[in-house]
Amino acid sequence: MTVYAPPLKDLRFVLHNLIGLDRLAALPGFEHVEADLVDAVLDEAGKLLTDVWFPLNRTGDIEGSQLRDGTVVTPAGFKDAYEQMVQAGWLGIPFPTEYGGGNMPATIVTAVTEMANATNPSLAMAPALSQGALDALLEHGSEELKEIYVRRLMTGEWTGTMCLTEPQAGSDVGALTTKALPADDGSWRIQGTKIFISFGDHDLTENIIHLVLARTPDSPPGTKGISLFVVPKYLVEDDGSLGESNDVKTVSLEHKMGIKASPTAVLSFGEEGEGSVGYLVGEERMGMRYMFTMMNNARLAVGLSGVALGEIAYQNALAYSQERVQSRPIGAPEDAVTPIIGHADVRRMLMTMKAQVEAMRALTLENAFALDMARNHPDEETREQYRLYADLLTPVSKAWATDLGIEVTSMAIQVYGGLGYIEESGMPQFYRDARIGAIYEGTNGIQALDLIGRKLPAGGGAAIMGMVGNMKAIDGELAAAGDRFNSMRTLLADGVAALEQATGWLAMNGMQDPNQAAAGATPYLRMLGTVAGAYFLAKSALAASKLLEEGSPDKEFLEAKIDTARFYAEQLLPLGTALLGPVTAGKETLFAIDPDQMGH
Amino acid sequence: MRVVVCVKQIPDPASPFELDPDTHFLQRPEDQVLDDTDRYGVEMGLTIAEQTEGSVALVSMGPAGSLQGIRQALAMGADRAVVIDDPNLRGADSLATARVLTAAISREGFDVVIAGTESTDGYSGVVPQQIAELLNVPLLSFAKKVDLEGDRIRIERQTDYGFDLVEAAPPAVITVTSGVVEPRYPTFKGIMAAKSKPIDQVSAGELGVTTAAGQEIVAVRAAPERAAGEVIEDEGDAHLRIVQLLEQAKVI
Repeated sequence: MTVYAPPLKDLRFVLHNLIGLDRLAALPGFEHVEADLVDAVLDEAGKLLTDVWFPLNRTGDIEGSQLRDGTVVTPAGFKDAYEQMVQAGWLGIPFPTEYGGGNMPATIVTAVTEMANATNPSLAMAPALSQGALDALLEHGSEELKEIYVRRLMTGEWTGTMCLTEPQAGSDVGALTTKALPADDGSWRIQGTKIFISFGDHDLTENIIHLVLARTPDSPPGTKGISLFVVPKYLVEDDGSLGESNDVKTVSLEHKMGIKASPTAVLSFGEEGEGSVGYLVGEERMGMRYMFTMMNNARLAVGLSGVALGEIAYQNALAYSQERVQSRPIGAPEDAVTPIIGHADVRRMLMTMKAQVEAMRALTLENAFALDMARNHPDEETREQYRLYADLLTPVSKAWATDLGIEVTSMAIQVYGGLGYIEESGMPQFYRDARIGAIYEGTNGIQALDLIGRKLPAGGGAAIMGMVGNMKAIDGELAAAGDRFNSMRTLLADGVAALEQATGWLAMNGMQDPNQAAAGATPYLRMLGTVAGAYFLAKSALAASKLLEEGSPDKEFLEAKIDTARFYAEQLLPLGTALLGPVTAGKETLFAIDPDQMGH
Repeated sequence: MRVVVCVKQIPDPASPFELDPDTHFLQRPEDQVLDDTDRYGVEMGLTIAEQTEGSVALVSMGPAGSLQGIRQALAMGADRAVVIDDPNLRGADSLATARVLTAAISREGFDVVIAGTESTDGYSGVVPQQIAELLNVPLLSFAKKVDLEGDRIRIERQTDYGFDLVEAAPPAVITVTSGVVEPRYPTFKGIMAAKSKPIDQVSAGELGVTTAAGQEIVAVRAAPERAAGEVIEDEGDAHLRIVQLLEQAKVI
């Protein structure tokens, strides 16, 4: 039996004290985002998810989605649980009101998405994929396509997929071979096989809208020759009703390590005849650009699964460590025993989990806030500034948070000891479910390359310089906040200095030899995440200290905020600072051994 | 039908309740939640209103605070609320409470009044009965099932041994047990709509009620700790002893 309580207190703390709801409500279109409304949204969405989605998490893992007679059957209860979220209108909250959405800021949606990913990461995938399809359609689709597909994808009545990968085309999307041939009526005929298609088929909704990357005749090879198509599972008649079944076949489902209730399909398009019916999105050969639109939100959403699984793993490990009595505390009398939370090493694990989850949550919410500013701020220059900032944070949210998600869920297993290795404890599932986060939507290695290759240099390095500037700017406040903030202050300064140095090294050496920078990409991303985490926790601690001075009744929670930031600064931040070495060591030792000589 | 549902805002039961050391009153934070047992009353009220194209008004007495708990009930679908927040009523006994609520209910006008069986912070469990008496209408209490049959209301009244079938013609007061209906989850639209639903905050005086708290809490003592349970050593006949105990407890 695992437990979960929505982390409402911490979510609210971040929203009120790090982000500032007033800054969100000041954006045109978000005037309705008041504290009462946000509280109610988090409360009620959290309640439904905990009551309805969470109980199906483990049964869904055991049962898995199954392919029966050519169609996919999701685990018992999933259809109803999905429908309840649709009926309550939660899946529509990110989208514009003109299409029936709730027009909530990405920041608030992010908080809800975290809870969805904690209660049932498999089921949370379905709306995440719809969002990708929707983003592409809204941004690049014709009015006609929007008219037919957008509304029902938004409410969750239908779901979407992203059909990118093929056996020979994984991270190298340009290698795909699925073909699109023009038909007489202006539509297209799609032929080819796509693999790893999340929610490629299922029984949650009556239609599924595939967004498929394919090659039109005479297109150049590589990414420049790719176009994007809408391919519905069932064709949609002019009056909006469902017509004939399109020629899309579910060939098989993967047997995965985790998120087993999320069906991952091999889809065959146009196997029976001349091709599945598809409709071009935007212009021909622009598919690669559209794909990035599709994946942009998805990367933050994947990062959230790291936060979410870290949170739920921590909650369970914390509860278990208080129940499980084992051994006597060091220095205690012979016959004394203690719950394992009394042992220093267990406490170290719990504090590491707690601090990292809070740091990840702050970073992902800040990322979402940057997106809101980039989209909605009235001033163009400010929008551009936040666009660069959001672009910089996105690969970090995705890769750093999923890496930590794996580490924190692994640590939960460790806290449970032998029981943690037993499936019935529920801990292995969190770990298995977390593991995919580092792989899909662009592996974490790809994220690191994106960070150093595109995001650091963008806008002349404005985003990273701005971020470093912000980190330095709180030094005075930390100095004035009292002795308790001393270590935080000096260690953060060390971390920021190292980060600046590493950034400079990458800029310098990456110019001369991109492979030098590529070699340091992964440790650099980790370093940026770790230092940023320390910065956000230090800011949280300052806010907590201020609230305490103002006589806030929430004393214990606020004191814990300060102590968590201290722990992070003293125990975790130095590990990020020390990555300056690996980042700047260059490629030499990576390539020193000839591949033929790498075996033993 | 015009349905009035009695609801109460209580401190979040997730954090332990604390008493004010001077007044012995329950300390009530700014943000209180809708008493969970009231969700059943609200759901029952909404169900009846939907079946009869009626309306649902909420009445509530107690410190208004941020009105979070009231908005939770409005987000489920109730149309409006009356909240009686009056410093003179702090620590009111159940009869004073019933008098005030009765005045508010009468002012709203009603065909059916619905309440939970008791609140989760006070547990007196007699207010609905007193309201029925003051309104001079029938009381259908401890309903585990409610049916509208023509112009009559029929309930299954939960008893120790099963249930009684009880019916009355409206106007009437119904108290519902947890589980009478499955409370709906507020929808996002419901939450948005609740922001602009009318909440009328009044004092007892404005309702024409002159009443005082009616009681004084002189002292509060901690409840005795629960005694340790009985340990049954198994000498081959423990199962018989356990069966006997369960029979005594009337659970089998």
